Amino acid sequence: MADTTNAVELQNVVKRYGEFTAVKRMDLTVPDNSFVTFLGPSGCGKTTTLRMIAGLTDVTEGDLLIRGKRVNNLPIHKRNLGLVFQNYALFPHKTIFDNIAFGLKYRKVAKADIAKKVTDALELVQLPHVADRYPNQLSGGQQQRIALARAIVIEPDVLLLDEPLSALDANLREEMRVELKRIQRELGIATVFVTHDQSEALAMSDKLVVMNNGIVEQEGAPEDVYNNPASAFVADFLGHSNIIAANLGSPNAAFTSVNLQSGETLLTTDEQTAKTKGSTDVRAVVRAEKIQLSDQSDTGEGVIAIPGKIKTVDYLGQQARYFVTANGRDWQVINPIDARPHKEGADIFMHIAARNCVLLPGHQD
Amino acid sequence: MSGWSMIRIATILVYLFLFAPVAVVILLAFNANQFGGFPIEGFSLRWFEALWHNDAIVRAFKTSLLLGFLTSMVSTTLGTMAALAMVRYDFPGKRTISTLLVAPILIPEVVLAVALLLFLQALSMPKSFGLLLMGHVVFTLPFVVLVVQARLVSIRRDVEEAAMSLGATPVQTFFEITLPLMLPAVMAGMLFSFTISFDDITGTLFWKPGGVETVPTQIFAMLRNSISPEINALGAVMVIFTIALPLIAASIARVMAMRKLRASNRKTQAA
Repeated sequence: MADTTNAVELQNVVKRYGEFTAVKRMDLTVPDNSFVTFLGPSGCGKTTTLRMIAGLTDVTEGDLLIRGKRVNNLPIHKRNLGLVFQNYALFPHKTIFDNIAFGLKYRKVAKADIAKKVTDALELVQLPHVADRYPNQLSGGQQQRIALARAIVIEPDVLLLDEPLSALDANLREEMRVELKRIQRELGIATVFVTHDQSEALAMSDKLVVMNNGIVEQEGAPEDVYNNPASAFVADFLGHSNIIAANLGSPNAAFTSVNLQSGETLLTTDEQTAKTKGSTDVRAVVRAEKIQLSDQSDTGEGVIAIPGKIKTVDYLGQQARYFVTANGRDWQVINPIDARPHKEGADIFMHIAARNCVLLPGHQD
Repeated sequence: MSGWSMIRIATILVYLFLFAPVAVVILLAFNANQFGGFPIEGFSLRWFEALWHNDAIVRAFKTSLLLGFLTSMVSTTLGTMAALAMVRYDFPGKRTISTLLVAPILIPEVVLAVALLLFLQALSMPKSFGLLLMGHVVFTLPFVVLVVQARLVSIRRDVEEAAMSLGATPVQTFFEITLPLMLPAVMAGMLFSFTISFDDITGTLFWKPGGVETVPTQIFAMLRNSISPEINALGAVMVIFTIALPLIAASIARVMAMRKLRASNRKTQAA
């Protein structure tokens, strides 16, 4: 019954704290060698789920399987896991060597092998010369590398990462992100990563699981989830989207018209209309960066131009975020800056291609 | 005169008021004359020698040491466990228990002393060394609980969780991680309870069985007869003892910490 190619499997897992349900009926698999990310706002249940897998919180209902074995009642120290925390959680009174060797000691590894494995782990995280130091003698980024080394040296069945990059500053965070992914690839270790940072989630995952209010809103490859959000929440949480209630018109040759309630008409593709299950009540989702602004109307095959006025400009360096008012409604638009951003108050045309008009069924979730 | 020099003078006066009597006692302990008074007539250690040969005082000193040692052991063990429960676990009535544990600090010692005595009388149990020890544990316990609790709060839970995820059982985690990290507070609590027990007189007067004297009650008894210079010497010994103990402990801790740091620096340079 149990599929042994899954490192972790959640079957109908529920977590309740008294009256409050933190995780509602979750079904999920973490395939071998894959990098799975739980993404969501705080309080969405992502950390609770991670802690259930770790054995730090017990499962109220359902089955939790690690390598095909039910582990609901197995205490944390008997699950073979690597755990990395946001605040490193190194042992401050032990040297780096002893920190990394900690898990090996409890696995009855011979002394000589421990030294070898610790040295290898330090090589892997590119900190070969710090074995004799204490954690407080290292920088935050270095400490997190040691925490990672400590977690992987025991060759865990799953690596669990609880917001491991959140405590680092921006530049270091990107560097560590690349590093983390490289190490995960190199070791081919099944990894569950919890974050509220969408760029981390999109950049690192093989499978992205977007959570909200204790349920999985959508799971899939990052590009699929990004380009084809299954709910308004996902559309809005990942990047910036314009979500507008609309009614479907009758299909023409190539495209179907989408009549927005704000008055404009967009075009969309058959691929999108297939999702509405015959109903004409829909919501149109247009990502802010998929709208092209220009001074002149320039419609081509399947492209609609909507006239509007720029209300505010948010200058972001390589790009700018605009709020454009059209028919009394504000649209969010993110465009790369060519020489100069468009001016506040300017009359402008928003160009939207049919393939960028994603549909969600119903006027509401 | 400026405000600052007023403050300086006031400060000096306050310190004089606090410490001059103690200084007088210590000075007179070295006075050669039988009848204490200034100016001091000659330097002598004869009162310390007399102390050493006074059986009652030596016995009282031994009793105080034993009582202090046992009190600090029991208090530290119970107090540490209580602090762990308060900080690491949730259970019904936690707040009430927490308040009750610290209450002995707030209740006047005399009230506590009488209460414990009446309680044992109601149980028709005679006074004993065990009762004395119990009393001392009751009012040293809050200090241990407070000190250890404060430290424990600053030890992050995820350090313990990390240890368990690496395969250490909860018990192994306690001895490998939690205990070493909170050891300074445990030691401080132990010293606190020892010193408090060693110095205590009020409760001890109520609880001690007949024939048992601690150093404070012995001094008290001697004072009722006459003011012997031996008491000055005993006072000096008490003062030195209670001041030296924490200082020695602190310097041992510092030397150990320095040695550890130096060893790690040496290794780092060699690498």
